[in-house]
Amino acid sequence: MKWRYFRQHAFFGIVRLSALIIAAALGGLLFYIIVNGIGAISWDFITKPPTDSMTKGGIMPAIVGTIYLTVGAIAIGLPLGVVSAIYLTEYARQGRIIRIIKIGINCLAGVPSVVFGLFGLGFFVVFLKFGSSILAGSLTLGFLIMPTIIGAAEEALKAVPQTFREASLALGVSKWQTTLRIVLPAALPGILTGSILGIGRAAGETAPIMFTAAAYFTTKLPGSLFDEVMALPYHIYVLATAGTNIEQTRPLQYGTVLVLVALVLGIDLIAIVIRSYMRKQKRW
Amino acid sequence: MTRRIKENIIKYVLFLFALVSVLVLALIVFSLFREGLPIFQKVSLRDFLLGMEWYPTSEPPLFGIFPLIVGSFIVTFFSTLIAVPLGVLSAIYIAEIAPGSIKEILKSLIELLAGIPSVVLGFFGMFVVAPWLQETFDLPTGLNIINASVILAIMAIPTISSISEDALYAVSREFKEASYALGATKFETITRVIMPSALSGISTAVILGMSRAIGETMVVLMVAGGAAAIPESLFDSVRPMPASIAAEMGEAPYRGLHYQALFATGIVLFVLTLIFNLIADYVSHKFRQSGSATL
Repeated sequence: MKWRYFRQHAFFGIVRLSALIIAAALGGLLFYIIVNGIGAISWDFITKPPTDSMTKGGIMPAIVGTIYLTVGAIAIGLPLGVVSAIYLTEYARQGRIIRIIKIGINCLAGVPSVVFGLFGLGFFVVFLKFGSSILAGSLTLGFLIMPTIIGAAEEALKAVPQTFREASLALGVSKWQTTLRIVLPAALPGILTGSILGIGRAAGETAPIMFTAAAYFTTKLPGSLFDEVMALPYHIYVLATAGTNIEQTRPLQYGTVLVLVALVLGIDLIAIVIRSYMRKQKRW
Repeated sequence: MTRRIKENIIKYVLFLFALVSVLVLALIVFSLFREGLPIFQKVSLRDFLLGMEWYPTSEPPLFGIFPLIVGSFIVTFFSTLIAVPLGVLSAIYIAEIAPGSIKEILKSLIELLAGIPSVVLGFFGMFVVAPWLQETFDLPTGLNIINASVILAIMAIPTISSISEDALYAVSREFKEASYALGATKFETITRVIMPSALSGISTAVILGMSRAIGETMVVLMVAGGAAAIPESLFDSVRPMPASIAAEMGEAPYRGLHYQALFATGIVLFVLTLIFNLIADYVSHKFRQSGSATL
């Protein structure tokens, strides 16, 4: 008889160990990044451009570039994603076409980021002749995060109780007005969370922007949509692997990593906090 | 009447928006094939896929991507080997065993882990794991299969864990209650009732995790070593397909043979991940538990 319980304790021990390993991995990673990077952080680091072939100075242009690309990505991904989700949850009838669209979204979600980079290069940079630019990079990133936003928006819309829609329709409101004025506002927090996670993803991606927007060094800040930009993830990659002074720029590398991680995890944490706050707030 | 017409127009406009995803997928195929297909006038499909030598810059250039394909599969295999137990077991912990507050914290931790940019993980692999490997095992370099597998596993674990977790939650209470009522311990219930019934979801999670690992670029670019050759030991370096594409695209002359070969590699990678995703989709629908009589 005791053997059963011994087995259970052993199994649970292994299970707890797995969870612990994962938590320790994250903890170790963050500790390493913070400890090594904090030395490089200063007001100058964040607000000044790099000098002396990247061995001194700051990373301001990369921060600005990342912000531009991320804003651009959201400008494209959010409207397309939310409207698609609205169609899929509110208007679509079950059938072949819907199945194809859903398979399409799932497949798009699974496309590797480097293939998105090739797509951006082949379509936006070359075929549409946008050149290596913020425009091409934003479009590529926007389509990259679109499935994430569709998924989150769909979940948020499905969570709105059917009674809301029924009451509105019963009062004679048209379907579109119901969707726009009743369902969408109720789903807004969930959509917001999903978008924030999408922002985090767009800010951290390297491969899609490598061939479509990113440059190692720009002499001035971008002036138009068609300029190239520096970007944090690409900056880290180049400094760590191909820079001319890998050893000397090491402190800057750690600092850049810390800035990027702080940015992305900060964004994700905001989303997580908003979501758990909403869960407690739900009045239905 | 106008209201009805307006509603119909809106419905069709929304439909067009929803088609965008399918449209983008089609555009991806279009761009990849447009830039990549021409290489097959110079190299046969068979030589490309099975050729053992990838020397795009030699005279004459050789475009055999078999070592790259092997590299991709090997790192995917080993990273899955590490990630699946950790991911599934932690999903079991979260779904069945963990007390409330720890559950929330762990879920958030895993989500944060998912959010770490791949270039940061590649950085970590290059400057922490590689030197450690180099010292411990007395190797010339720490950039190899093991390094890449471990880091890729870190990337795949959140995917596997959260999808498995959803699958475990979806198991209906009647199954668990019936099992406990028959006198089973928690362990027995988990292993003999809950997991089998969540199997389709867990399989989907594993396949999607593998898909993530095979497509990941920055990590393998920075950490797998870069040797375009078939490895002989776990400590050899490899060059998975995404790494090749990312590393060489910068130097490939526009619309030259090398450029086209890289796009063609992209086609292969795209088709592979597509197959993985379609299998995952199929598995999740076909083997889903729908009702108590089907266990």
